[in-house]
This record gives sequence, C-alpha cells and structure tokens, in this order.
Amino acid sequence: MTSSLNPRFSFETFVVGAANRLAVTAGRTVAENPGSAYNPLFIYSGSGLGKTHVLMAIGHAAKTIAAQLNIEYLTLDEYVESFHAAIAAGQGDNFRRRFQNVDVLLVDDVQFLTNRKEMQAELLRLTEALQQSGHQIVLASDRPPAEIADLDERLISRFSGGLVVDMGIPDYETRVAILRRKAEERGTSFQPGVLETVAKIEHPNVRELMGALNRLIAFQAVTDSPINAEAASKVLGIPSAATAASSTAASPTAASPDEFSQFLTDVTVTVGKAVEAWRARVAEAVLRWEGEGYRTGRLEKLLDQETPAAVDDAISAYVQDVERLKALEAEVAVLDPQAAGEKVFRDPDHMDEAEAAAAKVRDGAAPPPAPSAAFSFESFVAGPSNEVALSAARAVIAKPGKKYNPLVIVGRSGLGKTHLLNAVGLELAKKKNAVVACLSTQGFVDELIAAIDGNRVDWWRARYRRATALLLDDIQLLAGKERTQEELFNLFNQFLDADRQLVFTAPAHPNTLEGLEERIVSRLEGGLVTEIAEPDKELRRSVLERLLTQQRVPIEPALLDYLTDRPIDSVRSLTGVVQRVVEAAAAQDEPVTAGLARDVLEGAPAPAAPGARRTAGFRTSGIVVSSAGGVRSREKMVWDWPAAADRVIEDLR
Amino acid sequence: MSLVNFTTREITCKIVYYGPGRSGKTTNLHYVYGRVPETRRGRMVSLATQTDRTLFFDFLPIDLGQISGFSTRFQLYTVPGQVYYNATRRLVLQGADGVVFVGDSQARQLDENIESLQNLQSNLLEHGVDVRTMPLVMQYNKQDLPAELILTPPDLDDSLNFRGVPSFPADALHGRGVFETLKGISELVLKKLAAGSPAA
Repeated sequence: MTSSLNPRFSFETFVVGAANRLAVTAGRTVAENPGSAYNPLFIYSGSGLGKTHVLMAIGHAAKTIAAQLNIEYLTLDEYVESFHAAIAAGQGDNFRRRFQNVDVLLVDDVQFLTNRKEMQAELLRLTEALQQSGHQIVLASDRPPAEIADLDERLISRFSGGLVVDMGIPDYETRVAILRRKAEERGTSFQPGVLETVAKIEHPNVRELMGALNRLIAFQAVTDSPINAEAASKVLGIPSAATAASSTAASPTAASPDEFSQFLTDVTVTVGKAVEAWRARVAEAVLRWEGEGYRTGRLEKLLDQETPAAVDDAISAYVQDVERLKALEAEVAVLDPQAAGEKVFRDPDHMDEAEAAAAKVRDGAAPPPAPSAAFSFESFVAGPSNEVALSAARAVIAKPGKKYNPLVIVGRSGLGKTHLLNAVGLELAKKKNAVVACLSTQGFVDELIAAIDGNRVDWWRARYRRATALLLDDIQLLAGKERTQEELFNLFNQFLDADRQLVFTAPAHPNTLEGLEERIVSRLEGGLVTEIAEPDKELRRSVLERLLTQQRVPIEPALLDYLTDRPIDSVRSLTGVVQRVVEAAAAQDEPVTAGLARDVLEGAPAPAAPGARRTAGFRTSGIVVSSAGGVRSREKMVWDWPAAADRVIEDLR
Repeated sequence: MSLVNFTTREITCKIVYYGPGRSGKTTNLHYVYGRVPETRRGRMVSLATQTDRTLFFDFLPIDLGQISGFSTRFQLYTVPGQVYYNATRRLVLQGADGVVFVGDSQARQLDENIESLQNLQSNLLEHGVDVRTMPLVMQYNKQDLPAELILTPPDLDDSLNFRGVPSFPADALHGRGVFETLKGISELVLKKLAAGSPAA
C-alpha cells in the first residue's frame, strides 16, 4: 500500500541553498539519530520545493546508516486508504500494530488532514505511540501545522513539539546549481549563459524551473544545434533585454569573454556557497539551541542580514548567554524547582529579566528556621542523668550524619530536650557551608500548610532539601498529620542517603507514640534513641548554681544544699523554684537565704508574696510542697497540684 | 594568509601553477590573461629569459568584483619549472591556497612530471603543509600533440594522480581546459574555505 522510496531522491541529489539548508540539516540529523533528535520533524513549504525529496532522502539516509531499520514512506491519502481498507477487513488492530512497528515513518501531504477527524485521532494516537517507543516520525505539509484548517489542537501541539522547519524558494545561485545538476543528470550540456538565463526567472518552485529546463532540452534536441542564451530567452518567452544587457557587457571578442564570465558565474556560485557557510553555522546554532528549548530570535535575525559582520562572535555571545541562563536555572532549581521551569530562563534575548527573576527567587528563598541562639551548648548542664544523651549529641556534632542518624532525644517535659536539640543545631551550624533547619514540629506543620495554601510546596521542599541538618522538636506532634509525615518521610530518606544529620525530640520512645506512621517510627528507631532522665542531684546542684549566679544571688552553701535536696523532677521546675524564691526575697526586700527559701517553699506564704508572685509572672511549673514534714525527709512530703493558673502557663509552654 | 575576511569583506585566493619546466604553466596564465576583461585584471608580471623560460615567477591578479558582497580577488602564480630554481619555487608556494599541477602529457616527460610532483610535496612539507590537505588539481597539458607522443589522461591519472584529485586534459596554447582547470581549483579552494576556519 505504501510507496517505496524513490532512489533518485537522496540528500546527494538535493541542491542545498539558503532557503532549505535548515530543513536539510534537520533532516540529516533525524536520519542519523532517528527518534532522538527532533521528533516529530515537521517540514513545510510551498508545492514543488522539495518536501518529498527531503522526506525520501531522510528515509534513504537512515537506511544507509542502519540497514535494519523499518522505514515507511507514504502520503496521507495512502495512509487514509490503507486505514479504511483495514477497517473494512476488520483488521484495524493489525493496521495500528503495523505502523507502530515502523522505525522511521515518513508521512507526506499532511495538510489533507483537514476535515478528517477520525484520521486526526488515528494519527495522534500513532504519533504518541511512535514517540513513546522512540520511533521517528517525519511529516511534510504545504503549510505549518497551525494553518492546517480544522486540525485538532492536540495534533498541532504534538507536531509543534518537535521541530517545525520550512523550505523557501531557492535563490538565484541555488537555481543555477539545480539547473546544472539536472542538465548533467540528463546528459545534456548547454552553451554558457543559457542556464543562467533560465535561473534569472524567479520560478515560484523547482518544478516550474524543471519545466523550463525540459523545454530547452526538447528545443535543443529538435533543432539539433546548441541553443544560446538569447534563443533560450525566446523559447522561454523572456524579454531579451536582460540577455541583451549581459551580452553588451561582454567584450568584442565573442568566445573569450564568455569563458571568463562563465568562470565568473561558477566562482560566484561557489563563493556564494562558501560565504554562506556562516549561514550554515548560524542555522546549526539555531537548530541546536531551539532543540534544547531556547529562543533563538537573536540568531534568526542574523539570517535576515545579507552579510553580517562577526557572525561567530554573535554566536559565541549567544552561547555565553545560554550558559549563563543554564547556570541561573540550575541555581533557581535548587531554591525553587517551580520557578526554574519559567520561560524567562529560556530566552537569551532578555538576560536582564532572567537575572531579575533569579534574584527574586534568591531573595525569596529564606533559609529554613535556624536553631535558637538562646540554647548554647555551653549552657547545657551535664550530669549523670543526661550524660548518655549529651555524649551522643557530641558524637553527632563531631561527625554529623555519620554516627547516629537520626538521633532521637526522649524524655519528659522540662528536662532540657529542646535545649540540647538547639545546642546541637547551633554547633552544627558552625560548620562550613552548613544550613541547619531547627524548629518545632508544629512550626514545620504550619509552614507546610502555608506552602500548600500558597501553592509553593516545591519551594518549601527545596528549602529543606538545601539544609545540611534537620532538627525537629516534639516529633509526637506529627500524629495524624498525614501529609507532613509524607513530606518528612521523603526528606528523611534524602537526608539519610546524603549522610545529613537528623535530630528529633520526643516525650517518649518513638514506638510508644501514637498517630505516627510505621515507616516514620521505624526510621526514628533506626538511629539512636537516647533518654534524658529526671535530673539527678549533681545535675540539680549545677543547674542551681548557674541559676543563682544568673540571678546574681550570692551562693550560700546552705541555700544550695536546701534547694538541691528539694524533690524536683525537671530542670524547668528547678528554674521555677529559684525564681519564686528570688521574687519573694525581692518582694520582702531580704537577701535570698536558705531560711527564706524554706519559708517560701514550705511555710506560710510571706505577706507580700502572693501579690508579688502574680505580678512578677513567675515562670514556674507551679509545684509547691506542703508545709508538713521535714525538708530533708522525702517520705514525709506531700505533693500538691499547682494552682490552676500556673498549670495553664505550664501547658502553654 | 586569510582567505575570507569578513571585516574587510574580501576574499583572496592565491593559486600556484606548479609543474616541470616547459609544461605550460605560463601559457595557462597567458591564456587567462587574454580572456579577462582589462578592467578585471592587473598587470601580469612575468620575469622570463629571452627564450621565454620563466626566470622568477609569473603573477596575474584577477579582480572578480563583488561576489555575495565580498570583493573577490584571485592571484595566479607560476613557479619556474627548472630543477635549479627550487628556492624560488618554495618561496612562491608560501601561503598558497591551492595548487594546479601542470603536467606535460608527453610520454618522455613522465619522469620529470613525477620528479616535480615529489618536489611539490617536499616543498609543501617545508612550509609545514601536508599535500593531502592542500587543494590540488592536475592538468594534463599538451593533449593536442600527436597521440603517439603523449599519454592519455587515464594513463596519466594512473601514473601521477594517485591521490585521485580532479584532473583536466588541456591544450593551454589554444585554451582548451584552461578555465576548466581554474574553475576546478577555485571550487576546491572555496570549498575548503567553507569547511575550514571562519573569518580571520
């Protein structure tokens, strides 16, 4: 059903000029790399300008390079016909299969798709199938895809998605070259100047040019005498003025100037081709960068000029700009993948806009939340109760991502998990090129929600992906937050793969936390889970010393002993106790002593104390000890619940 | 030597006619000179002995006018063919864009042809040019002589043209093949220009 490739139509027999160089270059590229270079390749030109020739030449060239390729050339009408025949025979599937197995499909006269909805759908399906399987499709039409009437939008976009090139009317030099070659193919020779005379007529297409040549060949055969330029003009009905002018330019000796002008014409053609080498270079550059998706307006403008100066400089300047765009795009892609796809990074003619867009992204790409400077590693008080966690933290700081990844710090509220987390973050941030993301899990969730709301999830993700360490406080707050768990899971994997440190805090061992997905839990358990226990005496003493020093209270051994021995189960409570005592002392205008502390913590509240306590806004856990029992006797202590107001403060924190 | 100068929009081709003594190199140039309109040609410089042997070299500049916006000039040179003028030959060969090897078709001159061809190769090498990269055409001159005295172009191709470059039978005295040869070498030179380095 399909036509076979006409052996006469090869690239070797195709005369290349400025008007069709792009199409031929693209065609050759496609023949050399079917399915990978420009797919689909869409060639359009007026009738008789060589579409079919190029189409078949692609087939020949591809076959020459790889003989095993299955190449099929057919016109749209043939395609339609075979489709109808197949449908009539109930072989629709066979038909489709047959074309899907073609390695290089060459379809001519695609403009006849107009008003053929079912064929459009069929061709769309075929194009998709061929593209997916890496097979080449080349189409030829007498107009660009967008101008084919009634053509499905999807087909237009498909066709335009590869490369669309046109072929123009050949220029004078090309016409001379075509005539020479054709005359030679026919074994006919003409007197000098005859073919040039033919070429001077601006035939709208090559077929008409061939018609003129045929007339001359026929005329010469009949008259049996070589035809000269003037007779040729007569045969072709050209006013002889042109030929007259050219003959008067010749010198009196008849034969000799001919020889020279013939030579001159030859050289003109050759020089024309030679200096047009720049056109080829520009066209190649256009093809290449267009293929990579860059706008090539600037280069195309060069082609409009007759003989532009410094073409290569222009090309290299263009290439430089493209490289810069690539760099910008790569930079932006890290900060905000969504922004990287913007067209502005594909247009070297508007570099300033690309720079501005990149700068905008750069400004907008705030680093992820950093650890709080208030929690320094030095101020974290060590003791037996937290020494394991602390040494794990030190190991993480020494070898981030290598030793314990993730590090999960568990422990009850107020034991210093947040402090340790931030302290680790601060230390990690001191390393070169470190970007440490350290925030509460709630903040993490809120940020994601805001990103989803603002349609900037990619940007949000990229922000964390840039981080060299991720530290999340209170991981139990992820419970029930499915999307955040999903995102964290992905981040988790990326961080682990890249040996970047992850640190989390949780109130209890991850496998006891409810609402966390199994995949998160198992990953949390995959590193080191270390516990901070209730502060031991030694730790309490160190903390008290530090707190009292901070409050500028002279450290009295009795006071220190008394406070240290108080049954206090968290560092935070300890802070509260010290503040209460200090406040009370301030209210009563007395020095802070063991006795005062005992009065405040055990005895009846000092007269001014209640008021002072409220107004001072104590940050305490509100734990008070009943007045009953000796200070040093834990067994005799009775624990009271803190006042309701204090509890609220506690919960908020 | 820059062939195409995009800045000054000039194309200049230096073509050297090379070959053994009395093979007809100067005759080629004379014929071309006679056919180029006066306005297009410069003064032909010919330093010859009284017996018309080229003493130094011939030089014929031809101005082809504006071609595709480029003012195009050809400079045709010949070298003295006699063996003892090798220094001159080497000098003339310097910066050549193309070479026409004018061979003498006479059977008895075959050895001279071969010797001259070898000399061309070694002189080019002296300039650091590989003969394979130099645009070269062969002209088998004096094909008008009686057939028993000369070798046919295929025979000459067999003996001389082992690189398979374009070859042209010629009768330079009467002009046959002269312009064909010039056209042949021009095409090669200009093609090399098209494929080669961009504007200097």
